[in-house]
Amino acid sequence: MAASVVKMSADRSVSTPMLHAEMTGVTRIYAAKGKTPGVHALGPVDLALRQGEFFSVVGPSGCGKSTLLDVLAGLSSPTEGKVVFEGAPVTGSVPPGIGVVFQENAAFPWLSVKDNIAFGLRREGTDPAEVERRVGYALGFMGLEDFAAAYPSQLSGGMRQRVCIARTLVMQPRLILLDEPFGALDAQTRLLMGDELLKLWRETGATVMLITHALDEAAMLSDRIAVMSARPGRIMEELETGWPKERDSRIASEDHFGQITSRLWKRLREESIKATARGGA
Amino acid sequence: MSRAGTIRLLFVVLCVGALEAACRGGLISPQFVIPPSVMAAHLWQLLIDGTITADIVETLSNVLMAVILAVSVGFVCGAVLHSLPRLRRAVDPFLATYYAVPFFAFYPLLIVIFGLNALPIVTIGFLFGVVAMIISTINGLDRIPPVLLKTASVLGMGPVRTALMIKLPSAAPHLFTGTKLAIAYSFIGVIAAEFIMSSSGLGYSIAYAFNSFDNRTMYALMLFIILLVTLINAVLYMWEQAIMQRRGS
Repeated sequence: MAASVVKMSADRSVSTPMLHAEMTGVTRIYAAKGKTPGVHALGPVDLALRQGEFFSVVGPSGCGKSTLLDVLAGLSSPTEGKVVFEGAPVTGSVPPGIGVVFQENAAFPWLSVKDNIAFGLRREGTDPAEVERRVGYALGFMGLEDFAAAYPSQLSGGMRQRVCIARTLVMQPRLILLDEPFGALDAQTRLLMGDELLKLWRETGATVMLITHALDEAAMLSDRIAVMSARPGRIMEELETGWPKERDSRIASEDHFGQITSRLWKRLREESIKATARGGA
Repeated sequence: MSRAGTIRLLFVVLCVGALEAACRGGLISPQFVIPPSVMAAHLWQLLIDGTITADIVETLSNVLMAVILAVSVGFVCGAVLHSLPRLRRAVDPFLATYYAVPFFAFYPLLIVIFGLNALPIVTIGFLFGVVAMIISTINGLDRIPPVLLKTASVLGMGPVRTALMIKLPSAAPHLFTGTKLAIAYSFIGVIAAEFIMSSSGLGYSIAYAFNSFDNRTMYALMLFIILLVTLINAVLYMWEQAIMQRRGS
């Protein structure tokens, strides 16, 4: 099934972009284990991430969105197909330059906020002065200065997710993959976190891929949105939002935002019904 | 002190006071139980004149050796079983029924194997503590959130660094519980083993005092063991609480 490409704003031209990461013919099939039958979770999927874009993937529950992210990150190998990041194949491990933020709380409970953020840098043997500088910046950027000495258990869900984003940020990744990072947060916090994510994206110039089931989140944050089918997840449509780079959550009140979300829902409704019938939601 | 702490202290004071009154008032014969104040005074005397110093040192050395063995062997076995699911499935029923085995029945065998020295006693203490540590280690490793292991992969950490920097601290609360149980069980094993297969140590001294109708020494030693184990547990409990509070577990 070839994915159709829809431009939601024809008047904003898109310059020829450089490819940053690419998936070609990727499938992921989980083999049968004992009495558990095998599952064809993903694909075949073809996907191309452009340098510096904000790309989102939406799809019904259980459609293989997280599997797609795992395969792209190198956390799991594709059954078939090829994954390439910055021109080099991704095989069996996460290449340097990729950062991942997960939905679940991934802050280390035994470390303070500051030590959590510095963890990756210290492990790499980064010069302590540089660690201090980058961690200080990340604490300020994510609004965590007052909580540097606190432990994750003392923070709210939103603050803990900021810690995880900050821990990714200090590693200066060129490709940031986010797996439903705001899934566990309330609606208002999600909007504000979205603003911060956009700010982070603009400041770092990194390519961002966001996995989400929230259509409004994808519509507000993204340059492009891929819509996935119910399992096995395939990309049914790619949609260009046409938003300017300088944007924030206020665009949620624009008519164009409504057009994007209704277009997404139109494509997703049937797939979501299929997923629900299978017990995916 | 918290309200619960006050009630707890009051309960202990009341129980001790009631026993004191019952003994002093003749409700309980001194041939059965002596007043707690006499136990404490005699214990103080035994500690001052050094009568029981050698026994204390011997028992604590035995317990320490049993605990070190139980914790280290238990941790290694737990980690191995966790990494080999088939072996674990095979061994699981033995672990579940382990504490139904009366180890003391094997003491003649242990004496034949190790001779009349501290080793059979340490072995009994070790056998009592080791499985608590194995089970706690497996529980701790089972409960490491998969997302932390994924984070380790994203940070490019190999198996050794992941084990030392992620798995170990993540499983630490369970390992702590295992160590606490191993200490308690090893104490029980060592003291009880000293009763039946030793010629020194606190367990032996209690049995000796009992056989000699020396109630004052017997109760003084029993009081000492209760105070010692309570103190060790209280310290471990407070340490655990401090760690747990920080981690929010």
